[in-house]
Amino acid sequence: MNTMESSREIRPPSNNVGVVGWLKHNLFNGVFNSIITLVVLAVLIRVVPQFIQWAFIDAVWFTSGKECHEASGACWSVVTKNIRFNIFGYYPYDQQWRPLLAMLLLVGMLAYSRDWKRWNKKLGYGWLLALFVMGVLMKGGLFGLEPVETTKWSGLPLTLLLSFFGIAASYPLGVLLALGRQSDMIIIRSLSVVYIEMIRGVPLITLLFMSSVMFPLFLPEGVTIDKVLRAQAAIILFTAAYIAEVVRGGLQAMDKGQYEAAESMGLNYYQTMRLIILPQALKIVIPPTVGILISAFKDTSLVVIIALYDILNTTKSILNTPEWTGFSTEAYIFIAIVYYLCCFSMSQYSRRIEK
Amino acid sequence: MKRLASSVVVALLLTVFSAPAWSDNGDTLKAIKERGYMMVGVNGDLFGFGKADQKGVWQGLDVDTARAVAVAVFGDLNDRIRWVPLTAKTRFTALQSKEIDVLTRNATQTLTRDTALGLNFVQVNYYDGQGFMVPKALGVSSASELAGATVCVLPGTTTEQNAADYFRSNDMEWNTVTIESTAELAQAFYAGRCDVMTSDASQLAGLRASAPNPGDYMILPEIISKEPLAPAVRHGDDQWMDIVNFSVLAMINAEELGITSENVDEMLSSKNPKIQRFLGVSPGNGEALGLDEKFAYNIIKQVGNYGEVFERNVGVNTPLGLERGLNALWTNGGLMYSPPFK
Repeated sequence: MNTMESSREIRPPSNNVGVVGWLKHNLFNGVFNSIITLVVLAVLIRVVPQFIQWAFIDAVWFTSGKECHEASGACWSVVTKNIRFNIFGYYPYDQQWRPLLAMLLLVGMLAYSRDWKRWNKKLGYGWLLALFVMGVLMKGGLFGLEPVETTKWSGLPLTLLLSFFGIAASYPLGVLLALGRQSDMIIIRSLSVVYIEMIRGVPLITLLFMSSVMFPLFLPEGVTIDKVLRAQAAIILFTAAYIAEVVRGGLQAMDKGQYEAAESMGLNYYQTMRLIILPQALKIVIPPTVGILISAFKDTSLVVIIALYDILNTTKSILNTPEWTGFSTEAYIFIAIVYYLCCFSMSQYSRRIEK
Repeated sequence: MKRLASSVVVALLLTVFSAPAWSDNGDTLKAIKERGYMMVGVNGDLFGFGKADQKGVWQGLDVDTARAVAVAVFGDLNDRIRWVPLTAKTRFTALQSKEIDVLTRNATQTLTRDTALGLNFVQVNYYDGQGFMVPKALGVSSASELAGATVCVLPGTTTEQNAADYFRSNDMEWNTVTIESTAELAQAFYAGRCDVMTSDASQLAGLRASAPNPGDYMILPEIISKEPLAPAVRHGDDQWMDIVNFSVLAMINAEELGITSENVDEMLSSKNPKIQRFLGVSPGNGEALGLDEKFAYNIIKQVGNYGEVFERNVGVNTPLGLERGLNALWTNGGLMYSPPFK
C-alpha cells in the first residue's frame, strides 16, 4: 500500500503528458517539425474559415440558378435541383425507382458478402438470383415492367454497372492470363504475353475508341452490338491485363517448396494451383489488386469520350444548361464525394476480406 | 453444377445486353417501320439544340427536327425514337455503321463530309457562324482590333482552325487558352483568363446569358465562318434522304404558308390549292415520298412549323435569346426557303 502511494507521487513531467505532452510529441517535436506545424497552421487559418464561409454560411441550397448568381457563397442548388438527372440520367423519370432498387440490391449483396466466412454455394446462387433481379429491374420487359433500352442507362447505375462487371469479370480473366504467362506451353505463354503487353501498351481511351468507333465498322452489315456492352468489354480487357501482372507477382513470390510439396503429394497441375498456390498467391497480392480495382472504378469515367452518360457526364450535361453554367465547382465537389465514398468503401472492403 | 452456373451467367448477360439486330438492305424506311422506332444521333450537351431536361426528356431544335422525321414516318410520337447521344468524334461513324438512321447533331455541312465521309446532308435547320465575345471593359468594337489578344477556344475543333485562319489572314498576333469543355471555357473567360472568347454565335449567346453579369459582355458583329448545320443521312438510300429532307422543308413551308400547330386543323378546309396539296387534302405528295398523305399535317400538328420550333428552343424568349437573323424566312431577309410542295 505504501509503495503504491509513493509511486503515485513520482509523476512524469507535466509537459510529457496530457494535451501539452501530445502536442509536444506529435507537432513540436524538434525545430524543423515545429516550423512545419506553424506553416501548416497559418495556411489552415487562412483557408478553412473562408471555405466554411463559402460552403456553408453564405451557401444557398434549394434555389433557382438565377438566385445562385446573386448569392456570394456556394450554390449547392446545382446539386439538389438536378439530383435525379445527375444520378439516373436518361432513365425514364417515372421508372427511376428501378435503378435505385437495383443499386440498393447490389450494395446489400456486397455488404452481406463482406465476410468471406459467409462465402458458400448458397451465397453463389443468391448472387445469381440478385444479378437476374437487377438485370430485370434495369432492362425491364418481364413481369410487366416497361422495357428500357441500354442507351437510356446512365448516371450512377451505369458507373456502378461498368465497374462492378468490369471488376468481377476482369479478375478471373486476369488470373487465367497470369497462369498462362507462367505456363510451360509455349503457345499459351506467348499468347498471354502478347495480350498483356499489347493491352498495357495502349491507354484505356484508345481501347474505348476502338470499341466504339472502329469495331462497329468491322461488323457485318446490319449487326450492331450494344454500346454499353462494347465499353464494358473494353474495360474488362484492359483491367484484366493489369491484374494478370499483379497476380504474376504473387505467383513468383511463392516459395519453390510449395510447388515441390504439392508435387510430392501427387497433386496434378489444377489441384496444385487451386488448392495450394492460388489461395496463397492471391492473398499476398490483395493490396495491389485493390489498387488496380479502385483505379478501374475511377477509369470508368473515361466513357465520357464515347458519349456514355456515367455520373460524371450527367454532371457535365447539367453544367451545360445556361441556368447552371458556372457552378462547376459545387457540382464537381459533389461528384468527388460520391467517388470518394465508393473508393473508400472498396478499400475498407478489401481490408475485411484480407482478414 | 458450376458449368451450369456459368452458362446461366453468360445467358443472363446476353439477354440483358443483346442489342436489337436487324438486317437493313438499303431500305432504311422499311427497316425503321419493321423495327417500330427510329434511331437518332443527337448532341446530348448542347442546350437549345440537343439536350435532355431535368426529367430526361429531350429538348432542342435538332431534337424537334428528328421528331418531325419520326412523325412523318409513323404519324405519331409514341416512343418512336431512340436517342443516341454522340460526341463530335463518334457522330459520323455511328451513322456509317448504321447505329443510327439519321444524325441531327449540329453538324456543319462541308464538302469533304458530304463526299469522302459518305454522308448526305439535307436541308439546313440552322445557319450558324463563328463569332467573338468580349468584355465591354476591353473597349473593343470590332474583331479587327483584337491584335495581341488572348483567346479562349475549344481545342481541336473547326472553331480553333477558323480563329487561327482569321488572325493569320489579318496579320494579327494572338495567344490561345484551350479548355476541353464549353462550360469551363466560359468560366475561364468570365474569370478574366482571356480577353476574348470565340465559338459559334448561337453558343456565345447562351454563354453570355449564363455570365454573372451578362450586361458586362458583348458579342462582336463579325462572323468569321459559315456553319450551316444540317441533318445527315448515309449515302445510298435516296428515298430516305428525300423523306428527311422534306420533313425539314415541311416545317419551313408551313411557316411560309402561315400554318401553325394551332391553326392547322382550320387550314384543312382552306381553299388555297397550295395548302390543300401541302396538308394532303389533295393527295400526291405523300405517295411520292412513300409516306402517309397526311405526313405534313402530322408534322405541323405534333411538332410545329419552323418558326414555332425555333422560338420554342432557341428564340428570344429562351435563355439563348437568339434573333432569327439568317434563319428567318427568305421573305423576311433570311435564308429559309422551301421548294414548292407539289
